[in-house]
Amino acid sequence: MSAAAPRLRQAMAGLHTWTGLLFGWLLYAMFLTGAASYFREEISQWMRPELPALTQAPVAADSAARAVATLQVLAPGATRWVIDLAGARTNVVAASWRIGEIDGRAVLDPLTGQPLAARATDGGEFFYYFHFSLHYLPRVAARWLVGLATMFMLVALVSGVITHKKIFTNFFTFRRGKGQRSWLDAHNAVSVTALPFHLMITYTGLVTLMTLYMPWGADRAPSAAQIRPALRAEMTALLPPGAPSGVTGKLADVGAMVREAQQRWGTDSVARVIVDHPGDAASQVRVVRGDAGRVSVSPRYLVFDGPSGTLQQIRDQAGPAAETRGVLYGLHVARFADAATRWLFFLSSLAGTAMVATGLVLWTVKRRVKQAAIDKPTFGFRLVERLNVATIAGLPVAMAAFLWGNRLLPLALVDRREWEIHLFFIAWALVLIFAIARPVQRAWVELFAAGAALLAVLPWVGVVMGLRERGGFTGFDIALWGVSLVLAGIAMRIGRSKQRAA
Amino acid sequence: MLRAPARRSSRAALLSRIVAALFGGYALAALTSVAALALPMRTVEAVLAGMQASFLVYAGAVIWVFAARSALRAWLGLAAVALPLLAMACKVWAEAAV
Repeated sequence: MSAAAPRLRQAMAGLHTWTGLLFGWLLYAMFLTGAASYFREEISQWMRPELPALTQAPVAADSAARAVATLQVLAPGATRWVIDLAGARTNVVAASWRIGEIDGRAVLDPLTGQPLAARATDGGEFFYYFHFSLHYLPRVAARWLVGLATMFMLVALVSGVITHKKIFTNFFTFRRGKGQRSWLDAHNAVSVTALPFHLMITYTGLVTLMTLYMPWGADRAPSAAQIRPALRAEMTALLPPGAPSGVTGKLADVGAMVREAQQRWGTDSVARVIVDHPGDAASQVRVVRGDAGRVSVSPRYLVFDGPSGTLQQIRDQAGPAAETRGVLYGLHVARFADAATRWLFFLSSLAGTAMVATGLVLWTVKRRVKQAAIDKPTFGFRLVERLNVATIAGLPVAMAAFLWGNRLLPLALVDRREWEIHLFFIAWALVLIFAIARPVQRAWVELFAAGAALLAVLPWVGVVMGLRERGGFTGFDIALWGVSLVLAGIAMRIGRSKQRAA
Repeated sequence: MLRAPARRSSRAALLSRIVAALFGGYALAALTSVAALALPMRTVEAVLAGMQASFLVYAGAVIWVFAARSALRAWLGLAAVALPLLAMACKVWAEAAV
């Protein structure tokens, strides 16, 4: 056993290094945009500055009824309306519908039900979807790539724990200014501090997309035809609508249905109303419970007959495996979280981001001594080095460019929503070119400083442009300054350590 | 003269382990997800339980493949776990075919 232990650790160290490196850059991007996604609603609000702040808390039943009245004018012939009500973190009602093959959407004032005009933007949704679907790539291919990276992450975590024999002693050791040793200590500290979070977030990440990655149980023929819909029903309230009758019908009071659901689950419980075939005699209304205040995201809803308003079905529980999945998924997206928990999840994700980043840097630091011995660094070494700069220091610049685009792109621009996103990738590509063209040490400092400067100035842009009638800065602007300070701090540290080395 | 073939064979062994980890591990995980349907629970519950367990099996398999003393032992270990799972999965497939 004693002879086998070092060999095992060596094997695990090799596995850890290579699984970490191969998907490190993608994992870094997934961690950082994932961290931002915990403030998806807040980002979306900030990116639509025209929308007025609510003067009073909307009553869910009333705002649902008003939204229905508006949709009867906006989308009378729809197959389905989906109405997402305003809540603690959203100040608008988001309505979407489908007429034939065409999707439509609108944001409504929760107090009046009237459509609101705001700039075309994906808002926080962009970071959220990029986090697991990337962009430009076909959806399924992108998600497989993300899944593979996540699996590598899981293996890197387990092999990292096995490699790291003195996990707790080392946690309290930090040797400053000792080059490789310090990078290793930093890598260990951010990894161990949030290890339960890293393990949880990685495994639950796989669970969120498991029907894509592991379809084999559900695919067993021939009962797959029945299993698929039943499986879907365990995971979402968005089920395919039934057949319409073809006879026109009126819709009963949706507000009353929402009130009935509130009696069951509490005042702040209803998040969504789905109306199938709204103008038809066979219409159905599904009042869906929100995820705030409960960890599991397993679907909970009431189904009402549209024309009569009578309660037809109650979905209020799930089997053990379905509920486990609901809890795992819920832990990943943290929609249950209050403000303090949300910040904890955000900071833990940043620890994960730092874990990947320090690991990537460590790979080059370890090999730099050897590279100095030979005349010219190998191509592989230089590639890793440049990709590290472009990803670790460059992604914050690209994210900042996306937010700048939101403020500066003309409102009338065709495909404005898409252009904000193009700007993110254009900035990232420019950053890569910059990282290749500049001396490595200087590129690190300059890109972190650029990220800090872009975020520091950004809140002023909104104020200068007079966005929002009340003007001034928001809590989100202050958070941007916080992030800017962190980036500036990193730039200064790297700058100083460079001086010491010289 | 002696070292070159030794390096080549260790490269082949590494490649063999990588294949075992990536594809052997996935096959084992996929088998787990099907074998779960042989458990005495509702089909939908079993499908969900199988999917959730499969990723842990995958991670464990990869760790095993690189922890094993040789590439051959790595493959044998995967096969040893795959056999009972395969027996369960065959039962599921046979029932499904009826």
